[in-house]
Amino acid sequence: MAALSHREGAGDPPAPSRVLTRREVWLRQQRRRAALIAASSMTAVLLAVVLIVPRTPGWPTVKKTFFNGARFRQDFPDLLGYLWTDVKLFLTCVPFILIWGVALAMMRNIRNPALFPLRAFAAAYTDLFRGIPVILTIYLVGFGIPALGLKGEFHLLWFGGRWNSAYLWGPVALILAYSAYVAEVFRSGIEGIHESQRAGARSLGLTQTQTMRHVVLPQAARRVVPPLMNDMLSLQKDVALLSLLGVYELFRRAQVIKDRTFNYTPYVVAAVIFLILTIPETRLVDWYSARHRRRTGGSQVA
Amino acid sequence: MNGATPKVEIRNLRKSFGTKAHRRTVLHDICLDIGEHEVVCLIGASGSGKSTMLRCINMLEPVDDGEIWLHGTGGAVDLAEPGLDPDPIRRRIGMVFQSYNLFPHMSVLRNITLAPMKVLGRSAGDAKATAMHLLQRLGLADKADAYPDQLSGGQQQRVAIVRALAMQPELMLLDEITAALDPVLVGEVLNVVREMRNDGMTMVLATHEMGFAREIADLVCFLQDGVILESAPPAQLFTEPQHAETRDFLARVIASGRL
Ligand SMILES: Nc1ncnc2c1ncn2[C@@H]1O[C@H](COP(=O)(O)OP(=O)(O)O)[C@@H](O)[C@H]1O
Ligand SMILES: [Mg+2]
Repeated sequence: MAALSHREGAGDPPAPSRVLTRREVWLRQQRRRAALIAASSMTAVLLAVVLIVPRTPGWPTVKKTFFNGARFRQDFPDLLGYLWTDVKLFLTCVPFILIWGVALAMMRNIRNPALFPLRAFAAAYTDLFRGIPVILTIYLVGFGIPALGLKGEFHLLWFGGRWNSAYLWGPVALILAYSAYVAEVFRSGIEGIHESQRAGARSLGLTQTQTMRHVVLPQAARRVVPPLMNDMLSLQKDVALLSLLGVYELFRRAQVIKDRTFNYTPYVVAAVIFLILTIPETRLVDWYSARHRRRTGGSQVA
Repeated sequence: MNGATPKVEIRNLRKSFGTKAHRRTVLHDICLDIGEHEVVCLIGASGSGKSTMLRCINMLEPVDDGEIWLHGTGGAVDLAEPGLDPDPIRRRIGMVFQSYNLFPHMSVLRNITLAPMKVLGRSAGDAKATAMHLLQRLGLADKADAYPDQLSGGQQQRVAIVRALAMQPELMLLDEITAALDPVLVGEVLNVVREMRNDGMTMVLATHEMGFAREIADLVCFLQDGVILESAPPAQLFTEPQHAETRDFLARVIASGRL
């Protein structure tokens, strides 16, 4: 805990070369033992997989159709090029989701009775889109709206095309769905700040706006970053669902190659590419969350 | 209270909570005068309405009925007046809570200077000088750059008092400010209250520390179920309480070893 480490830090400065205390020796032994156990159990599991899986009856076929080395080398650079489409779609959605999500959260916070309809709308909206599987929203919006027979063309950032394009309504579907999640994250972030913080600020004579700006929002912002990052991570992967509307991105490309070669290796390649993108992001979220917990004084049990 | 010009006059204050169907009155017909430079202690079992009364005086709770006159250089205002802007009133009244309510994302110094800068429009240098002076007096100068979670409960509570004092309030409301502290830390916080009294601060404090109330108060009010059952100078209230309920309460407090 912060208080403890603070006290230790303020205490005796470590001598440059001092003999280890008994406790330090013991801790070092414990750490060495833990590492040894982890390494040996890991090896045992890997050995079991390597020894057992190749003995299953279907393995030769699976190996040829899913883990084909030649196909892997050929498809990897091809598919990597299509990742950029996913990233572009993702980056286009994010600002709209954040802005619309904050707007919805603010609407739900409205206390003024005259503006009740806005509040009710925001509540209904978030209930609706949080309650529908993303894939259904994508189908309904992505096929439903173009079916209205819209004519003409649109231009938006780096995407442009016809008004009935999947490249327009696909991202719109993701924005509609994810803004509902994000609105809930923001709302619970604001409401999660204890009433006593508001009372403390108001008792000093700070106005409602000053209290929001200097006391509530800075604390809420720290709390919402980890769940927000998690939502963005899901969004990153859910972009692949737009392939169902015909958006030609990484997963769609993998399907096309599979259809042409009757080999499933491109799916494995696509999975690997997604992992290359998302694993660092996941680590970043974990690192930030852990730092956040330390900063906010949450205790950690070893 | 005798003779001193009143700082606060509470007249027939009534406060209830709940919906129309389930209304509970938690303060009945409260009348109380708080003289300038006086210390008034509110005692009573938990749930008797001490916090609610303090929160009403600081306009953190709207009242149902009655008057709360706050006297000052600019004349008197009725804090119970519906529609009165609370912000100019609250900057004149300091409040310290049981749970400190420090802002965890700000350093001690920033906690103290925020309101003087944002509310009173003081310059950063000016606000800092005042804050450092107060911290120095309470022996906390070396904690100016620390964050609240790096301080002990007693230190946090003293910082909360400094934060309120930095606004140079005319009146301080202290709500069981030692109730959440380890017994060994209570003393350091009570010392600060003693000092405030010596400086002539007008104070209303809700407290369970009967020994302290006896020592510091000019007037002690015993609340039960939202009624001030008895109010008297401590020498009188603690030695010859008039009501059986007051005697019972004090007996229970003595039994729990807090007198
Ligand atoms: N915000 C609130 N809503 C409803 N009831 C409340 C609220 N605050 C306090 N009360 C009730 O008012 C009564 C007095 O509470 P309080 O003033 O906190 O007492 P004390 O500070 O003496 O312990 C209690 O019965 C409590 O349950
Ligand atoms: Mg209370």
